Amino acid sequence: MNYHWDWLFFFQEADDGLMYYQWVLSGLGWTVAVSLTSLAIALLLGSAFGVMRTTPNRWLIAIGDTYVDVFRNIPLIVQLFLWFFVLPELVPRDIGLWMKQDLPYFVTAVIGLGLFTGARIAEQVKAGINSLSRGQRFAGLALGFTEWQTYRYVRLPMAYRIVLPALTSEAMNVYKNSAVTYSVGILELYFQYKQIIEKTSQVLEITIVITLAYFVVAFATNRLFAWIEQRSRVPGMIAGGQGGK
Amino acid sequence: MGDFDFSIIATNWRFLAEGLRYTVQVTLTAMVGGILLGTLLALMRLASLWPLQWLAAAYINFFRSVPLVQVILAVYLILPLLLQFLTGRLIPIGADNSAYFTFTIFEAAYYAEIIRSGIQSVPRGQVAAGYALGFTYSQTMRLVVLPQAFRNMLPVLLTQTIVLFQDVSLVYAIGATDFFGAADKITQRDLRPVEMYTTVAVVYFVLCFALSRLVKYLQSRIAIIR
Repeated sequence: MNYHWDWLFFFQEADDGLMYYQWVLSGLGWTVAVSLTSLAIALLLGSAFGVMRTTPNRWLIAIGDTYVDVFRNIPLIVQLFLWFFVLPELVPRDIGLWMKQDLPYFVTAVIGLGLFTGARIAEQVKAGINSLSRGQRFAGLALGFTEWQTYRYVRLPMAYRIVLPALTSEAMNVYKNSAVTYSVGILELYFQYKQIIEKTSQVLEITIVITLAYFVVAFATNRLFAWIEQRSRVPGMIAGGQGGK
Repeated sequence: MGDFDFSIIATNWRFLAEGLRYTVQVTLTAMVGGILLGTLLALMRLASLWPLQWLAAAYINFFRSVPLVQVILAVYLILPLLLQFLTGRLIPIGADNSAYFTFTIFEAAYYAEIIRSGIQSVPRGQVAAGYALGFTYSQTMRLVVLPQAFRNMLPVLLTQTIVLFQDVSLVYAIGATDFFGAADKITQRDLRPVEMYTTVAVVYFVLCFALSRLVKYLQSRIAIIR
């Protein structure tokens, strides 16, 4: 193969005075920032909508179901484009201008990715709550808990433990999905990947490095969740898991 | 919102439909190819020879840990290099064609995991019964295990296909003209983002929502009564 391997290009200076390996590191930083922020938003939204879908209230269920259906059935890149290019045109002119000019890309991207991931987490949370026996809720109500208190003290603590493995893979998916935010101007890892290829044509080296970088962050997340799983395990419960083994 | 211009969609519908046709074609190719390759990978992963197990596990874990957009771009750039190395000639592939290959090999990893759990859901006794009847390994798999496994996992396979159908929109990364790419190109020319992107979102939603309801219905119909 007449491909010219050159691992040292990472230490060459790019147009902006930084070296290419620094581009990779800055991309990695943005990827982690976007992913973790989106994951936090997604956990909040997913929990709220997931809980709503298990309440006895017909309207709350309908709202929760609609959220999940809408955000699961439209591709992520289309959702991001809706937030970035369609929403500013639909709101009043002043707000639209503000969104286009002053609102940092990061905020819009993170909300977009958060809403997308939240729908998946809502599905998991709902499944977790529904996997508990009805008696758990009845027992809570019999103790004089309000409906909300049965969630807070009885059902959610168990449900979260049950869905932790599923949440782990969602958390790892967020890193992969965060790559799509390059399309709306976030300078994350994939954006840098594309940019470095355009500048240097060292496709193979950079592909290997970026792949490893994604692998490392996903693996670190996996270990973190395994640790949480182990620490939060309830002795004697199978659902507590084996700490991600 | 009042000036939503439907005529933009009307005048460009042919280009959009072409894009949608491409999206469907990639989806179907990757589904068929991915399930075939995925079955092979799943069988390798469950095989008793460790090199086969290891190879399949490495393939599956690799593709499951990298972002799809990255794979799309990497294959688009590396495949021509590889082909040039193998044949000695420069063969232009093009973004549209490379996507068929990318999605097939990428989705195979995801299908393989679904198929593996499907095979594992078939009771062990079925395999033993196959061998007891004098079937070979391939006969046991082909005639006894896989038909039951596929029935069990059909809903999950179809759900994965709906995800795949949505993921085809990521060929945006290499500029191929899928459904979303078509809408995006029209937007670049006519500067009507609201009409174009909303249309794409609505069409995707209607199709995927209908398909996922169909899968739910199917799930209740084909559940095996044991």
